[in-house]
Amino acid sequence: MKNILLIGWRTLTKPSAYYSLGVLVIGGFIAGIIFWGGFNTALEATNTEEFCISCHEMENNVYEELKTTIHFTNRSGVRATCPDCHVPHKWTDKIARKMQASKEVWGTIFGTINTREKFLDHRKRLAQNEWTRLKANDSLECRNCHNFDYMDFTEQSERAAYQHSTALAAGEKTCIDCHKGIAHQLPDMKDVEGW
Amino acid sequence: MKNLNIKSAITNLLAVSLLTVISISFTVVAADKLEINTVATLRDHTEIDTQKEPNRIYKVVNKDIKQGRNYPMQPPIIPHTIRGYEVNRNNNKCMSCHSRHRTEKSQAPMVSVTHYMDRDGNFLADVSPRRYFCNQCHVIQLDAEPLIENSFIDMNSLMKSKTVNTDQH
Repeated sequence: MKNILLIGWRTLTKPSAYYSLGVLVIGGFIAGIIFWGGFNTALEATNTEEFCISCHEMENNVYEELKTTIHFTNRSGVRATCPDCHVPHKWTDKIARKMQASKEVWGTIFGTINTREKFLDHRKRLAQNEWTRLKANDSLECRNCHNFDYMDFTEQSERAAYQHSTALAAGEKTCIDCHKGIAHQLPDMKDVEGW
Repeated sequence: MKNLNIKSAITNLLAVSLLTVISISFTVVAADKLEINTVATLRDHTEIDTQKEPNRIYKVVNKDIKQGRNYPMQPPIIPHTIRGYEVNRNNNKCMSCHSRHRTEKSQAPMVSVTHYMDRDGNFLADVSPRRYFCNQCHVIQLDAEPLIENSFIDMNSLMKSKTVNTDQH
């Protein structure tokens, strides 16, 4: 065993005896492009709604609930899909979120929330995960589409305009502080601030 | 013979009277139907075998201005949209502004104290379960014209007209 590992190590550390430097460099470059492209394509494939709702936990619970809300159907036909709100757009943040999400794969394999009842039991914890995430990044996923600088307060209702021009403008509050449960149903809101 | 004649006369009379009664009741039913038809507002007198072009879906009034009440016991109407507001076992979105301990922050009107009373008149710490579902009494308004003219007269207007009448005597 030790010998096999040693042979492998020696091959890696010794200079190449048969291939020219050019072949190794160019070949490595091309292989790198292929691997990197493949990795990103695979990553993007997991970043679609079809992928999310290919698990029944997502399709039968959160996706069904989304269907009745304004983020699914509205006057202008702009739609938010799962990753628009639940996956950061910036690459490093996205990779970090994807690594966290590997726990969801664990969950689906072992059936943590494979019935509606189990899902409802876990709902508060799951919702709180998302609320803390959005609170920590100043509702970044909301702001990817809803840009404060371009909000027309005169088009908003009086109450909305007041809250947006004071608490939100001052940075005291962020979107998720008030807009909880806009795309999915709420858990038991006992002890949640503002309820 | 005479007896028989009388009998037949009586039966004739009965039959005639019965017929008239039936015919009268028929006309009454017909009149009822006409009457009902004039009130068939949503289908707008469309024949039963034809499909009506659906009405426009009206917008919810969202002005945040309190509307008057037509009678003292009328539950106040909701002057804003409530789309997506959940009122269920888990939570009550309305109460996140209108409950006693939220009104200072929200500046929304507090639900009246009667909502905190059980049916024996005892005050509870939170909204009574029998008054929990806001939309049972409180509703939004649409920017629609009324389907039927309403002849309701406010009791204050009634009393005013009465005093005017008694003044004239």
